[in-house]
Amino acid sequence: MAKVTLDGIRKVYPNGFEAVKPSSFDIPDGEFVVLVGPSGCGKSTLLRMIAGLEDISEGALSIGDRVVNDVDPADRNIAMVFQNYALYPHMTVAKNMGYGLKNRGVSKAEIERKVAEAAEMLDLSALLDRRPSQLSGGQRQRVAMGRAIVRNPDLFLFDEPLSNLDAKLRNQMRIEIRALQRRLGVTAIYVTHDQVEAMTMADRIIVLNGGVIEQIGTPTEIYENPASTFVAGFMGAPPMNLLKAKVNGAGTAEVTEGLSFPAPAGASGDVLVGIRPEDLEIAEDGDMQMEVKIVEELGANRLLHGDLGGQEFSVSVPKQQEVTEGQIALRIKSGEPHVFDANSGRRL
Amino acid sequence: MKRAGFTNRWLPVLLLVPQLIIIAVFFYWPAGYAIQSSFYLQDPFGFGSTFVGLENYTDLLSASEYRKVAWFTVIFTLLVTFFSLALSLLLAVKADNILRGAKTYRTLLMWVYAVAPPVAGFIGIMMFDQSTGPISNFFKSLGWDFTLGVNYFDTASAMVIVSVWKQVPVNFIFFLSGLQSIPRSVREAALIDNRSGMGRFWDVTFPLLAPTGFFLLIINITYSLFDTFGVVDTLVKGEPGNNPMTLVYKVYVDGFRGNDLGGSSAQSVILMVLVLALTIFQFRLVERRIHYT
Ligand SMILES: Nc1ncnc2c1ncn2[C@@H]1O[C@H](COP(=O)(O)OP(=O)(O)OP(=O)(O)O)[C@@H](O)[C@H]1O
Ligand SMILES: [Mg+2]
Repeated sequence: MAKVTLDGIRKVYPNGFEAVKPSSFDIPDGEFVVLVGPSGCGKSTLLRMIAGLEDISEGALSIGDRVVNDVDPADRNIAMVFQNYALYPHMTVAKNMGYGLKNRGVSKAEIERKVAEAAEMLDLSALLDRRPSQLSGGQRQRVAMGRAIVRNPDLFLFDEPLSNLDAKLRNQMRIEIRALQRRLGVTAIYVTHDQVEAMTMADRIIVLNGGVIEQIGTPTEIYENPASTFVAGFMGAPPMNLLKAKVNGAGTAEVTEGLSFPAPAGASGDVLVGIRPEDLEIAEDGDMQMEVKIVEELGANRLLHGDLGGQEFSVSVPKQQEVTEGQIALRIKSGEPHVFDANSGRRL
Repeated sequence: MKRAGFTNRWLPVLLLVPQLIIIAVFFYWPAGYAIQSSFYLQDPFGFGSTFVGLENYTDLLSASEYRKVAWFTVIFTLLVTFFSLALSLLLAVKADNILRGAKTYRTLLMWVYAVAPPVAGFIGIMMFDQSTGPISNFFKSLGWDFTLGVNYFDTASAMVIVSVWKQVPVNFIFFLSGLQSIPRSVREAALIDNRSGMGRFWDVTFPLLAPTGFFLLIINITYSLFDTFGVVDTLVKGEPGNNPMTLVYKVYVDGFRGNDLGGSSAQSVILMVLVLALTIFQFRLVERRIHYT
């Protein structure tokens, strides 16, 4: 168990590509941090640098109080769960889980005890003598988890561990991994591109885009106060509506005539007004006139897609609400609209 | 799976005929002939033959010369197989570590594979030539007076070296592709689990290479036993007399130089049995044991 500190960590691949721009953050002991971002944004690269599988081009990485830039992966006291599980195909489940311990000189009896304990925790006790090829995808995933747990590491690293599972199993494992991490109190870094995983599992989320950290915050902070249009669009499904607007003399962001929103003091010029589809409601006396073109049934609610002030717009309404295509009036249900600088994309 | 069928039942037979004829003419017929003649004593001048039962076999097994050649063959096979496998594995592991250069490396080594055994033998003769060969000169500088074709031990060493040199590229290619088919993440998992490179090699890489290795083991034994004929022939050309030779080469020497067709046939029958045993061993063990997926 340990805190993790990244100080100006940068990665330049041998071909000259800068996959991670200098990044710094701290992870307190026992925290579950989710690294999220679109494909190719450098999540795996960052994780693999922390694991020691990839050289760190610049900056200092500490696990606990020790700078580990030049420490072997095996000596960092970490455990990693890979996307494709990376089990040893020629070893039984028990051997797979015990291999790391064996190499650290743990006694046979002790290994057996720890493996049995982890297997019990993960419901693998009956499978200990099988080879990975004789297991289902979900069971392999558990073995990979077991292999990480028995080592009793300072830090868990997960690289999209659930992406090969079906939706139901994924939901179940998501909860299990989270519960397990809480119980063991081990610091964890979890990479995913699935924003639902990020929102549900994280103590804190780090949103990465093009090798740059866009925002670090709790799921609520990220959702309520996205730092940029990128975060606003990436976190939350359906994504936040972003309306082009201009700040006028009265200090309000005007989308079209008769449609304007309060802008924070100091805002000027071109801005983007962000409103989450679920922050709106249909109201007779609403002052936002929307033209509904498509109604999407999602079960628990309906998603209305259409046009507001000449721009694309979506609204989420509860399933009880009857809607038809055509003109509706909307009102902001809760919160303030978010306003972003149109050029930099930063929140104003 | 849907089975495709022939409407005409003679068509498949017809299509098989060329293959069957080839097998019959080039394999079964000579094999049958060899078995048959191994029970006869052939007149050296081609006038008839006498049935002698198992005499050819008993003669062979009691001949000290045959036993000597058999022993040499066993040692030769062990050495060639061991060194070709070990060297190529070492090279493949090194090449695998620097994957970027691997492509040219691979092609370079593959050239050796394209060299025919007698040519390899000739290159060997040149390299080991008593007065001008660079390798014998090198040995000489170490104080080893190397005389190819004269000294039994020196000739045997040259045979082993040339045969190994010839076989290494084939093994290398197989080992390299075996290594590259080990998933990267499995090696990385091992990197986290074990700090010792040697430990990782023996615990993870080597077992995962076992199917390739076992296949190559059989291939190499067969190679050492049979395909080194050309190398042996070139290196001992002229005076097989007191030079080392392998069993296969002795079949040729006795049959064509010594005109002892019966004895030579008995020897080839023994070799056939050996191949059969090897093949059965390979199928039994490989198919059953060393597969993980
Ligand atoms: N060995 C390498 N050499 C050069 N560039 C690389 C190398 N590995 C990755 N990259 C590049 O670095 C960037 C980040 O890759 P990375 O694997 O970290 O992405 P990721 O965020 O994990 O994406 P995904 O969600 O698809 O797994 C990508 O643009 C990728 O093309
Ligand atoms: Mg990745």
